[in-house]
Amino acid sequence: MTQPRLIEVRKNVLKANDVVARALREQFRAAGVFVVSLVSSPGSGKTAFLEKTLTLLRPQYRVAALVGDLATENDALRLARSGAPVRQITTGTLCHLEAAMVQKALDGWDLNQLDILFVENVGNLVCPSSYDLGENLRLVLISVSEGEDKPLKYPTIFNSADVAIITKIDLAAAVEFDYAAAYGNIQAVRPGMQVFQLSAKTGEGVEKYLDFLGARLTDLRSAAVV
Amino acid sequence: MHELSIAMSIVELGQEEAERRGVQIEAIHLKLGALSGVVREALLSSYELACEDTPLQGSRLVVEEVPIVVFCAHCQARRTLSSTQWFCCPECGTPTSEIVQGKELEVVALEIAA
Repeated sequence: MTQPRLIEVRKNVLKANDVVARALREQFRAAGVFVVSLVSSPGSGKTAFLEKTLTLLRPQYRVAALVGDLATENDALRLARSGAPVRQITTGTLCHLEAAMVQKALDGWDLNQLDILFVENVGNLVCPSSYDLGENLRLVLISVSEGEDKPLKYPTIFNSADVAIITKIDLAAAVEFDYAAAYGNIQAVRPGMQVFQLSAKTGEGVEKYLDFLGARLTDLRSAAVV
Repeated sequence: MHELSIAMSIVELGQEEAERRGVQIEAIHLKLGALSGVVREALLSSYELACEDTPLQGSRLVVEEVPIVVFCAHCQARRTLSSTQWFCCPECGTPTSEIVQGKELEVVALEIAA
């Protein structure tokens, strides 16, 4: 029997996605739009959080959102109540968004007319971590009712994200949420990660996070001018 | 579970290379980082499925698992982590998020019939 032969190739399996993500990032940069994506498990309050964000940012910034879901347009309808332009990406059976879906959903939108674009991923803490969507900032959300050890269970998604948001803090006392443990776990899997804690329902903590987004947009634009 | 779509990308990539080089692939060698977000076992079973009815049917996927390597600013050295849950230098304990290695999802070699 002859020996098999090895041919060296070096190819990133997700190259097709990365190529589209790079093109998107360049398109966003050229239009001066700040793109923020959201990942979390289902039911962590992404849509309520985004609805609050859009409503409060709208007087000051031109905001819009893309929302991913396997089925239904419920989230887009909910978010449209904020008055911001919203488009739904229905993924069918796919458990995550890919860069090409974002690109397709943006078709016909004039990005120059936007300051901040939000992209809400499908509720899933596993698969979205592998896919770059061309965003500037990725937020990972965990609600107080999910337990403090979520970061330890899903370290990869925390590593792919830039900022963590602890949501539903109005329920913290009822579920005996341990903030120190949660912060410790986030820092264990992603040292130095910035964390915000807020309630989209009561508005507690929301202002601090919105100020942070505003500051990041200013940074992005001043960097582009230099 | 996105391993099936990843497996299909691997098969597609293998098929392209095989056609371009005019060879028959017996195995694809893949580097899989601990932080790639892809599970080895699920990928292996998905690979078999993705190969069905393609020229790669019957081929193997050889997975080399790549551990997380970080750069420790305190030690000024690269350190291998044994867990995805504790991003601290195993020597001095300094927290670090400077990842040098561990996100790989890369086809590195093709094994072909001689």
